Amino acid sequence: MRFLFDSNTWQEIFGSIGKNRTRTIITVIGVLWGILIYIVLSGAAKGLDNGFEKQFQNVAMNSMFTWAQSTSMPYKGFKTGRQLQLKLSDGVLLKNRIPEIQYIAPRNVKGIFGGSPAQTIRSGKSGNYAVYGDYPISTKIATKKIYDGGRFINDEDIEGARKVCVIGERTQKELFESDENPIGGYVRIDNVFFQVVGVHKYTPGGGFESDSDIYIPFTTFKKLYNTGENVGWFAIAAYDDADVIKVEENVKAVLKSIHNVNPRDERAIGSFNLGEIFNRIVGFAKGLTFMSLVVGIATILAGVIGIGNILLISVKERTKELGVRRALGATPKEVRSLIILESVFLTMLAGIMGIILGAGVLSLINKLTKDIDFPYSNPTVPIPYVLGALAIMVVLGTLIGLIPAQRAVSIKPIDALREE
Amino acid sequence: MIEIKDLHKSYKMGSNSLHVLKGINFSVEEGELVAIMGSSGSGKSTLLNILGMLDVLDEGSYTLDGVPIKDLNETKAAQYRNKFLGFVFQSFNLINYKSAMENVALPLYYQKVGRKERQEKALKYLEQVGLREWADHLPSELSGGQKQRVAIARAMAAEPKVLLADEPTGALDSTTSYEVMDLIQKINDAGNTILIVTHEPDIADMCKRIVHLKDGVIVEDKKITQVRASQYV
Repeated sequence: MRFLFDSNTWQEIFGSIGKNRTRTIITVIGVLWGILIYIVLSGAAKGLDNGFEKQFQNVAMNSMFTWAQSTSMPYKGFKTGRQLQLKLSDGVLLKNRIPEIQYIAPRNVKGIFGGSPAQTIRSGKSGNYAVYGDYPISTKIATKKIYDGGRFINDEDIEGARKVCVIGERTQKELFESDENPIGGYVRIDNVFFQVVGVHKYTPGGGFESDSDIYIPFTTFKKLYNTGENVGWFAIAAYDDADVIKVEENVKAVLKSIHNVNPRDERAIGSFNLGEIFNRIVGFAKGLTFMSLVVGIATILAGVIGIGNILLISVKERTKELGVRRALGATPKEVRSLIILESVFLTMLAGIMGIILGAGVLSLINKLTKDIDFPYSNPTVPIPYVLGALAIMVVLGTLIGLIPAQRAVSIKPIDALREE
Repeated sequence: MIEIKDLHKSYKMGSNSLHVLKGINFSVEEGELVAIMGSSGSGKSTLLNILGMLDVLDEGSYTLDGVPIKDLNETKAAQYRNKFLGFVFQSFNLINYKSAMENVALPLYYQKVGRKERQEKALKYLEQVGLREWADHLPSELSGGQKQRVAIARAMAAEPKVLLADEPTGALDSTTSYEVMDLIQKINDAGNTILIVTHEPDIADMCKRIVHLKDGVIVEDKKITQVRASQYV
C-alpha cells in the first residue's frame, strides 16, 4: 500500500508515460471514447425512459379505455352487425364485478368520434371545440392540470347539472383577451350559456385530447345533447398491483355478457390498454439500456486492449531502463507493479475524463431537446453504473497490464543491460 | 569479502556449448581495489556479471561477505544486489527522464528509504562527486564525465559492500577518465572494496591489484604500486 501513496511511485509513472506524450494521449482517447459512448448511450436510454414516463405522467400507467362497436357474430337470437351502446349502469356493474378496478369514469364527447364540434361563442368571438361530458373522477385516471384560480368539475356540478365548463388554453386565447380573467366569465356553447370555472393546462401525449377541449359536467352534457344514459366510453384505472391485461379481458367479458354478445366476438367491444403500451415502451427502454451496456463495455474493452498494446511497446523500449532498475535492486514484483499501475492509471484517467465528457454531451443533448416535442428528459446514468464501469476498467486495466508487466519481468537484467 | 572457488560458466549457443570461465579461484579482501583485465572474450565481463548476481554460475561456489550466493530467485537476487552491490556501467545507464538527484536516490527507493532521507542522502553523495549544483539537471544536460560521476554516486548511495565497475572509463576521454579514476581511488581510500573491469593498462595501473584473465582462466594475479590519478588531473 505504501507503494500506492509514495510520491516517487507516481513520479515514476508520470515520468514514463510523459516520455511519449502523443502516444499516451492517443491511447487514452481509445478508452475515453469507450466510456464516453457507454455514458452517452446509457444516459440517453435513461433520458428516453424518463421522457416516456413524463409523457404518461398525467395518465395512470395501468389504465385502459373501452368502448362499444358492432357485433361480428350472431348470439342468442341477435343478428350480426348490431350496434352496441354502453350505458351508465354498465359502469356500476363493472366496478362491482371486477375488484381490481380502482376508478371507472364514464365519458362522452361531441366533435371527435361523431357529431360536429360545438360552436362556442363569446362576445363576437367564436370557435368550434370538442366538448366532453365528464365526472370529477375522470381526473384520477388522467390528471388535468388546472391553472391557478380555477377548478375542475365537482360533484355538485354533476348533481345540479350545472352549466359550468373548464376550457382549454387555446380556447382561452381565442375567446378571451389576453388581460382578461376567464374564470367567472360566460361562453355560449351550442347556444347555451356556460360559466367558466377553470382553464386546463394541456400536456401532450394524452391521445386524442387537445389544448382546446371543453369539459362540462356529464349530467349537463346528457341534457344538452339528449344522450340519456348513453356513455361514449369508460376510462378505467386498475389498482397498481393489478395485472392490467387481465383486467382488460375481464372488463370485456362483463360487457359482453351485459349486452348479450358472443363471448368469442373480438370486435364487439373495443379497448385500448395504456398499461400494455406502457409496458412495451418500458421494455423498449430496457432493451436500449442493455444494448448501450453491451456496446459501451465492448468499446471500453477495445480501448483497454489498446492500452495493453501500447504498454507492451513501451516495455520493449524501456528494456534497458528496467534492467538498470533491477540491477539497482528492484524486485520483479516492484517492476510488475510499476507497469500495472501505469496501465490502471491510464485507464482510470481516460475513464474519469470520459465520464466528465459524457456528462457534458448528455447535458448538451438535454438542452437541445428541451423545447422540441421529443420524449426525452433528464438523462442520467445511475451512480452505481458509473462506479461499476470504473471498477470494470480498473480490473481490465490490471489484467491487460499483466501482459506487458510479465514481459518486463521475464527479461533478465543482464540481457536488458546488454541491449543497446 | 569475495571468495570464489573453482568457478565454471558456459553458454549454450544452439547445439554448441561455449565454455567461458574454466575454473576461477579468486578472493578479494575488504578495502581492495582490483582491476580485472583481459582481451575481449577472455570472460572478464562474465565474471563481473556473476559477481554482480546478474548471471548465475554453473559450477563452483561464490561467497560474498560470508553469505553463500547460490540458488537465488530473482527477488532474492534483487535484494542482495541492492544490499551488497553498487554498479557502474560503461554506458552510465542513467534513467534519462530523472534528474541527477533522482537517479542517485533510486537504489534508496528500492531500499524503502523514506523520501526526505533519500533526497538528503542523494545530495550528500552528489556533493562527494562534486555535482551538488547539478542535482536538478537531467542526464542529457550533463557531460560524459559528469554522467559517470552521477552513476558512481548512485552506486555509492546504497552503501554497498562492493562496487563493481564495468569499463567505467570506456566511453570517456583520458582526462575525464582520470577524473573518474581519481574519484574511484578516493572512494577506495575511504575503505570501500572496488572491482573494475578494464582493458586499458593505464586505468589498471591505478588500482592496487591486477588480475589477468585469458581464455577463461586467471593467468596472472599481482599486487602493484598504485599510480595516483590525481597527478594527471
